[in-house]
Amino acid sequence: MDTAKQLRDKIAAGEVQSVDAVQAVFDRIEKIEPNIGAYLSLCKEQALEKAKQVDAKIASGESVGALAGVPVGVKDNMCTDFVATTCGSKMLEKFNAPYNAHVVEKLRAADAVIVGKCNLDEFAMGSSTENSALKQTVNPWDTTRVPGGSSGGSAAAVAAGLCSVSLGSDTGGSIRQPASFCGVVGLKPTYGRVSRYGLVAYGSSLDQIGPLARNVTDAALTLNVIAGHDERDSTSISEADAPLKDYLTDLESPIEGLKIAVVPALNDAADAAVRAATQAALEIYQSLGAEIIEIEMPHFDYAISTYYVIATAEASGNLARYDGVHYGHRSPDAENYVEVYSKSRSEAFGTEVKRRIMLGTYALSSGYYDAYYLKALKVRNLIRQDFTNAFKQADCLMLPVSPTTAFKIGEKTDDPLQMYLADVYTIAVNLAGVPGISVPCGFDEKNLPIGLQIVSEPFSEDKLLRIARMYEKETDWHTKKPPL
Amino acid sequence: MDLQYKIIVGLEIHVHLATRTKIFCGCELAYGDTANTHTCPVCLGMPGSLPVMNKKALEYSILTGLALNCKIAPFTKWDRKSYYYPDLPKNYQISQYDLPFSEHGYIEIPLADGTTKKIRITRAHLEEDAGKNTHTLGNFSAIDLNRAGTPLLEIVTEPDMNSAEEVGALARELQRIVRYLGVSEADMQKGHMRFEPNINLHITRDGQIFKTPISEVKNLNSFRAVERSIAYEARRQYQEFVETGKTMQMGNKATYGWDDDNQMTVLQREKEEAHDYRYFPDPDLVPVKVDADWLGEIKSRLCELPSQMQQRFVSEYGLSNYDAGVLTADRATAGFFDKTVKLGATVKRVCNLLTQTGLKLAKEKGVPVDQLNITDEALADLAKMADVGDVSASAATTIFEMMAESGENPKKIAEEKNLIQKSDSGEIETLIDQVIAENPKAVEDAKNNPKKAKKSAGFLMGQVMQKSKGQANPKVVSQILNKKLNA
Ligand SMILES: [Zn+2]
Repeated sequence: MDTAKQLRDKIAAGEVQSVDAVQAVFDRIEKIEPNIGAYLSLCKEQALEKAKQVDAKIASGESVGALAGVPVGVKDNMCTDFVATTCGSKMLEKFNAPYNAHVVEKLRAADAVIVGKCNLDEFAMGSSTENSALKQTVNPWDTTRVPGGSSGGSAAAVAAGLCSVSLGSDTGGSIRQPASFCGVVGLKPTYGRVSRYGLVAYGSSLDQIGPLARNVTDAALTLNVIAGHDERDSTSISEADAPLKDYLTDLESPIEGLKIAVVPALNDAADAAVRAATQAALEIYQSLGAEIIEIEMPHFDYAISTYYVIATAEASGNLARYDGVHYGHRSPDAENYVEVYSKSRSEAFGTEVKRRIMLGTYALSSGYYDAYYLKALKVRNLIRQDFTNAFKQADCLMLPVSPTTAFKIGEKTDDPLQMYLADVYTIAVNLAGVPGISVPCGFDEKNLPIGLQIVSEPFSEDKLLRIARMYEKETDWHTKKPPL
Repeated sequence: MDLQYKIIVGLEIHVHLATRTKIFCGCELAYGDTANTHTCPVCLGMPGSLPVMNKKALEYSILTGLALNCKIAPFTKWDRKSYYYPDLPKNYQISQYDLPFSEHGYIEIPLADGTTKKIRITRAHLEEDAGKNTHTLGNFSAIDLNRAGTPLLEIVTEPDMNSAEEVGALARELQRIVRYLGVSEADMQKGHMRFEPNINLHITRDGQIFKTPISEVKNLNSFRAVERSIAYEARRQYQEFVETGKTMQMGNKATYGWDDDNQMTVLQREKEEAHDYRYFPDPDLVPVKVDADWLGEIKSRLCELPSQMQQRFVSEYGLSNYDAGVLTADRATAGFFDKTVKLGATVKRVCNLLTQTGLKLAKEKGVPVDQLNITDEALADLAKMADVGDVSASAATTIFEMMAESGENPKKIAEEKNLIQKSDSGEIETLIDQVIAENPKAVEDAKNNPKKAKKSAGFLMGQVMQKSKGQANPKVVSQILNKKLNA
């Protein structure tokens, strides 16, 4: 099967019709999707129509966009005005946004063909996609296991060949961890690199949209399409402060004299298979001439507790708007406006969402604010400082994405704390706002994929992608396909 | 037994800013339009929408802060204030909590005796207004979100006011200031200004001071309601103290509404609920740095304030405080007056023309006085013509009205309408001699009958004016006539 880049080039050259490529994806979806559950909705008609337009453009000699005719999946927490935006929640099950998210506009402007909306943990809160109130997505490598989360649908769709690339969002690892579990590449750009306009907010200071793809080149290609300043998002970086780059240009050039930071104590906490795969990956970099520098990141251990204060505090505000008054689920049994709130929210939010709203509300309450929220902000600064120090000594940091490979469906649902702890390697990256990528780096004894995480300084995605590509060129992990 | 007491009032004022668009989205501000026609995903609080600060709203706020002598913070940020209400689509209001854009100012308010009093401003911050709930649909409530996201400036004073009149004076002065600055229309009827006084009494009994519980009266939207509610609360609190001896405790601030029909305050909440708004910094908005350059640029837009102008009109032009007050009630009138006088017309004449004729015409036409089709030069010309006696005072009024109609210059109008006064003493003397000859009885009375002298002289004067068809300069007529009668 072609990568996105190969497919786009063939379509643009007129060698392949987009309509055929898109039809092929829908044929595959028809066969495989019932066993995977990657999508919450499909837009076959619009997709084929768009594909036709792209083909017509090419036939008439018009120039086409960077993702011309390529089938793309979009996580269902990004607003679309042509199909429901559910966030995997009963609350928004029937919600049709009146506008398109910035990234959706960008995809369309690049002539991408949106296949459908991908499943996720409700409001992106979770690490297994088990918190989706609407569907269970399974891991294409072992359908008794989770795909990771919260962008589990986006990762599974790419891994199973149900689209060429997809968009996910990453608040505490929600792109990188499912990418790792499903054996695909997942990139979380620097906070501010991609506009959040139209991304349904979970933790606003942490959320960032990024691509999931079959290889580093496709991730770079997709980032080219979605990155850039958007005046509708005040936190999106200006191009004067962080100039946009063509992430494909130097992708094939290795970084000379690459210095890689590792935190030995951190890596030791992972399962044996993950440790071994990480070690093997580092050795490949060494064989390419890279230097490994052992460092300490003293505040890394506090990342999980810091995250669960900040993200939930922001979520408690962000999710206050789902009240049954203006849109979304409204309880039929409400007798007055207070009941419209309490009953609608009680009925339509899932357990994990309620838990996080309660946590966040508590952390912001009078008398607790200083002890929790304010302290968390201070620790966040210390964590950021750890990363700044690391990047003074090295070009990047390498570490596992997750301490384990994909776990069994239902294995951790009764123990939320255990689930939270599984995000130990990814969360600090969001707190620091730096970019991180997960690239396939091997399999465990059960043939489950393992991801290597590479993290670099803010707005250095070009370097990050090149470092990832150096490794990818030397290995064939990314070419392995799940046994479907 | 009558106890001595002092009224203590602090005020919270909400002012709608007159920006073109809302504070965090591009929707236009519009009053009285069809419900929910000025909305977008942002001000509807749709999932995924994000606020972007309207720079103008902050600039208007800073300008007001400067006019209120506030310290402008070099670093200010936005916070979310959480509470659930159907007219608040996000269920949090974007406001400013611990780092407002300005603090520690004061405003000088004019008192009835002509002096002023300094009222301290605690802080001023900027926030978004909510929408409006209406309950006119039977069993349903309807929500109009046209107003949601209107930039709202909240100004909080220290409890420095001691009477309903002082609070009224502050409210009016603030209205005059924001209008001068052009940052708000401050139209009370449209709800552009809302007031919330906090009122209590310090009562002296047996040489000891007792403080009554504080009442906060919510959402007052007229000066009268502000003044009356304070007067009412003072009476009510006094009575309550006499009857119950109740004094202020921590947290027993009660909330009242104002019942305009019955002219009384109505209890809404006995104890202010331990409201926990769970303020925290809004992660969707970046903090704002107000650097020296920007602040300097805003400062350069600061105009002469109404109270300063009023004082200057008194000291520089010798106007009465009352006239100066009328002329400085709005910036257009004050500026127009100032410019006209600087063109060499006499102060009193311009003042009379503007206050007696100009403001009346402006009100009829619903425009500021400087938009009456009359330039400051034309008005100065008219005033000068009246000053030298080319036209009479009453003709000047007529000409003023005609100028507003046609935009013609006063000289042309006076000539066309035969309103030029005759000041030629020879011509006037001839007329006087005729009148004296025709009215011997009146002349006799004017000269020799002290009881009738004044009246008869007036009669003769009238006859001369009539003969001249009203065109003789009355000053010249009375001069010559007096001379002849006293001869
Ligand atoms: Zn709007």
